[in-house]
Amino acid sequence: MAFGHKHILGIEPLSREDIFTILDTAEGFKEINSRDIKKVPTLRGRTIINAFFENSTRTRLSFEIAGKRLSADTVNISSSGSSVAKGETLEDTARNIEAMRPDIIVMRHGASGAPHYLAERLDCSVVNAGDGAHEHPSQALLDLFTMREKKGRLEGLEVAIVGDISHSRVARSNLYALNRVGANVRLAGPGTMLPPEVDRLGARVCNRIEEAIEGADVVMMLRIQLERQAKGGPLLPSLREYSRFYGLNPDKLTLAKPDAIVMHPGPMNRGVEISSSVADGSRNVILDQVENGVAVRMALLYLVAGGESEDKD
Amino acid sequence: MSEQNTVILNSSGIERALTRIAHEILERNKGIDDLVLVGIRTGGDHLAAELARRIETIEGQGIELGAVDITMYRDDLGSRGSLPVGKTDILFSIDEKKVVLVDDVLFTGRTIRAAMDALMDLGRPRSIQLAVLIDRGHRELPIRPDYVGRNVPTAREEDIEVRFDQDNRAVEVRLIKQQGRGGN
Repeated sequence: MAFGHKHILGIEPLSREDIFTILDTAEGFKEINSRDIKKVPTLRGRTIINAFFENSTRTRLSFEIAGKRLSADTVNISSSGSSVAKGETLEDTARNIEAMRPDIIVMRHGASGAPHYLAERLDCSVVNAGDGAHEHPSQALLDLFTMREKKGRLEGLEVAIVGDISHSRVARSNLYALNRVGANVRLAGPGTMLPPEVDRLGARVCNRIEEAIEGADVVMMLRIQLERQAKGGPLLPSLREYSRFYGLNPDKLTLAKPDAIVMHPGPMNRGVEISSSVADGSRNVILDQVENGVAVRMALLYLVAGGESEDKD
Repeated sequence: MSEQNTVILNSSGIERALTRIAHEILERNKGIDDLVLVGIRTGGDHLAAELARRIETIEGQGIELGAVDITMYRDDLGSRGSLPVGKTDILFSIDEKKVVLVDDVLFTGRTIRAAMDALMDLGRPRSIQLAVLIDRGHRELPIRPDYVGRNVPTAREEDIEVRFDQDNRAVEVRLIKQQGRGGN
């Protein structure tokens, strides 16, 4: 019955049972976050290093709080102000970190596959907190946790994911996870933001947001990565046009089921992918996602700390 | 590997033991003022529910009942791997309460240590008492029960199994002697 993974590198290597083990474990941890004394001694004496080589507020804070509530010692490093800024390679940085004997490294990195590279070379556990445009497993798991909490089930749910699918690690991890638990995914976004061979991802691809939202139980809006717009040549004619065709407003939301919930991984661009009235409306569970994120990350840290066998990948 | 089973308590034996413990709890605490029951998952929570039913029948008044999961407080995470974490359901304040902790089998005392730590994180009880259905000895910590259903001398490698039916009522206690295998 023990969890068999030493690392959490993505959703792809996890089975349906693994996913449910994580969600069920998180249920047990959620209660701690509403106590007066929000701390249990589970990981006392363990050291967790949060190595964030890419900007993050929510995820880093969430992992840090999760570690602290389990009584682990958590230390944060970021690329600015560290030796990375002086030109040290990732492997050298990691080897130096490991020489200080941490038990878990939680890593975010701009390069897809960076956590996998480290997991192969280091003895400690590695938890992927987002790698490039590849995966963001803890986000997908907290999304599933929130869906199950609000809808009472995952199997058979109709989930619309709208936005920049090709650059979104949130979309990719959610797609793997939702497929594994038997939910049905519809994807929508401008053609420039859909990956090649998108039809092979196991989701229904819609050209219009209306088609994706219709009859959906869950509407997940992705952040338009404005920094990407500026860098690699524009993928959109204009934000206003994106907002008109792919932004979620109260009118479009009426197409979803009456009890549909609205999710967003944050940070939101209000008025671009989501209108303020939807973002603040009664159907949004955006802050529930943030709250559940702590419990889900506690579960991940707990499970990898006791995970015995090596992952193959 | 062969198994040898002996039934130590049948369902009427368990019934009598629980009824006696319920009376002992009430006698010692002079009623149910500020008294709460907390069962340790899984097993102790079912027994705590049975004790609560008996106390209610005797006193004609309900008693607060909770359940604690001690997985997060275990001291053997490294050696056993990550066991599934259950839920702690204590929907009342335990501050200044007399808490009776209930477990099915008392063995090394490590579970009770963990459960006491879990309770302390939820508040500051006035006192904690311990009720167990079976005390099988082999303590590794200075912990003793206040209420015992049956003392059963065992060898370390033997196992005690408390069986519950589908309504979570304890129906049988067995001593299992396993040959050709070390204990746990």
